[in-house]
Amino acid sequence: MSEETKKNKDALLSVRDLEVVYTSSGAVVHAVNGVSFEIEKGKSLGLVGETGAGKTTIAKTILGVLPDPPAKVLKGEIVFEGRDLLKLSEKEMREVRGKKISMIFQDPMTALNPLISVGDQIAEVVSLHENCSNKEAAQKAMQMLEMVGIPADRYEEFPHQFSGGMKQRVVIAIALACNPELLLADEPTTALDVTIQAQVMDMISELQKKLNTSMILITHDLGVVAESCDTVAVIYAGEIVEYADKEELFLNPQHPYTLGLFGSIPSLTDDVDRLKPIPGLPPNPEDLPEGCSFHPRCPHATEACKKGVVSYVEAAPGHFVLCNHCKDCKKA
Amino acid sequence: MANTLIEAKNLKKYFSTPRGMLHAVDDVSFKIEQGTTMGVVGESGCGKSTLGRTMIHLLESTDGKILFKDRDVTKVNKKELIKLREEMQIIFQDPFSSLNPRMSVRETVIEPLLLAKRYSKAEAGQKAEEIMSTVGLDERLWNAYPHELDGGRRQRIGIARAIALDPSFIVCDEPVSALDVSIQAQVLNLLQDLQEQKNLTYMFITHDLSVVRHISQNICVMYLGQLVETSPSKELFKAPLHPYTKALLSAVPSTDIRHKKQRILLQGELVSPVDPKPGCRFAARCNHACERCHEPQKLEEVSPGHFVSCCRVKELN
Repeated sequence: MSEETKKNKDALLSVRDLEVVYTSSGAVVHAVNGVSFEIEKGKSLGLVGETGAGKTTIAKTILGVLPDPPAKVLKGEIVFEGRDLLKLSEKEMREVRGKKISMIFQDPMTALNPLISVGDQIAEVVSLHENCSNKEAAQKAMQMLEMVGIPADRYEEFPHQFSGGMKQRVVIAIALACNPELLLADEPTTALDVTIQAQVMDMISELQKKLNTSMILITHDLGVVAESCDTVAVIYAGEIVEYADKEELFLNPQHPYTLGLFGSIPSLTDDVDRLKPIPGLPPNPEDLPEGCSFHPRCPHATEACKKGVVSYVEAAPGHFVLCNHCKDCKKA
Repeated sequence: MANTLIEAKNLKKYFSTPRGMLHAVDDVSFKIEQGTTMGVVGESGCGKSTLGRTMIHLLESTDGKILFKDRDVTKVNKKELIKLREEMQIIFQDPFSSLNPRMSVRETVIEPLLLAKRYSKAEAGQKAEEIMSTVGLDERLWNAYPHELDGGRRQRIGIARAIALDPSFIVCDEPVSALDVSIQAQVLNLLQDLQEQKNLTYMFITHDLSVVRHISQNICVMYLGQLVETSPSKELFKAPLHPYTKALLSAVPSTDIRHKKQRILLQGELVSPVDPKPGCRFAARCNHACERCHEPQKLEEVSPGHFVSCCRVKELN
């Protein structure tokens, strides 16, 4: 939405025209292709898309933890509190990471250090970023444990003594220990069972509201987005193909890919004899199709879609669609 | 009325662990009619995969009976078992680790045909080609190796291998869980097509409730090795009776943003299935637990085909 969106002064984070590639043995993988979005203080944005769409790469770029090489940011800027994160030195970035922006990883089993007690792992973040004694850090860690619903007397226990849901709570406690401004949650509940997922998502939303933290929630599950985000960006082949408020996106989806996703999910309430899957496969990011990258799978594709540039249209105020055939749209 | 193809009667599967007996499947009974799909849902560790494997005798049961076409599977000898396996197949969850990386698609599909000694080499080759086309594998992929293919195509190989010998019963153990939604829908449609064409009977194991509602006629809900509720699938989603089923259904994130669901949040997590106490295993997390819940529970028929294992079911609903 690079040009279309007016520069929002209230935005906490604004990502503009971000392009990231991975190079390996000569091949260039186009992971993120010109992504722009903004997020306001206290709001939550859902990034939805399938495996390989570039969701995690976006989060890692914001946090500055992309492995370089093979990854390379070709262009774009990530403005956070008035500074472009891509221009910060590693030393400056370390002040931001964990303190102002923190991340919850998908797999709580591998995100924790098995040799350090959970309490000390939380205290570590605190003593790194806050000017405090070890004792105060430990105190804060205990508070955090209580806040995520783990009794503080389990401070000395190790990750293997916790179940998956509890481990994810510890990861969340680490992420929130320094009251970050922005939380990047990368599939925080994908590894968990539904009843535990419900507990964890409710807790994240509650803490996010309480601490007035902004959140980017990365997921492939439209249901999770429906329950915990304010705005939604649908990502396909490294591009945002549709961007709107949650209500608008779920009640009035426009892009053929978004419609395809909805057609692919079996309903919990309606009877459908057959699902309507999206034909074909996601494109190879080493060799993206010309024109609209969704055109080989799109039922409405025309010659114009196969070549030329596709641009965003505004289907409704604040509802952007990257499609030539968005019917009830006026060119923005 | 359709015939019962396979039936479990008081089936038990225990594993011996250093900490005691792990009751993975505990006294489970149900029937599956020919040509229908029985969905088995539950959270990780509830014993649904163990149940699936025990049903086709990949794991030996501890106690109880499995009647397949009126024969007790638990009592057959090795030779009969090999013949029986042709009729009972399984599709595994992970299409990455369940295929031999050194065998091409064609070799993988031909293997069961040759092992069954029903066909000559030439016939087997022809039959394999038919099967590969049936499951939608393009001809150009027939000589490819698993690592060259994406998850959806690999799962198609798993399906091709399972249907190669024209089985009547297939256990589908989370066949779409590792796939993206758009690919998941393709594979679900394929499974439904095959069922119609070949009158297959499925036992469909999954943790995804919207998938199970879509594909099954009947559903079993498991909790820590026990069957807590079984019912025709529409009825289960419309009127769940067991407190666990209710909580499970309410926890599923819904894409329907117009109707906000009343969520029943469960306290605590699963208790250990090692040497469990008698009585309802869900009682520790149940909002309605009482004294009687610590006595052994019985599966009772509440309405035709709808069984619930909860002593308070009548007063709570």
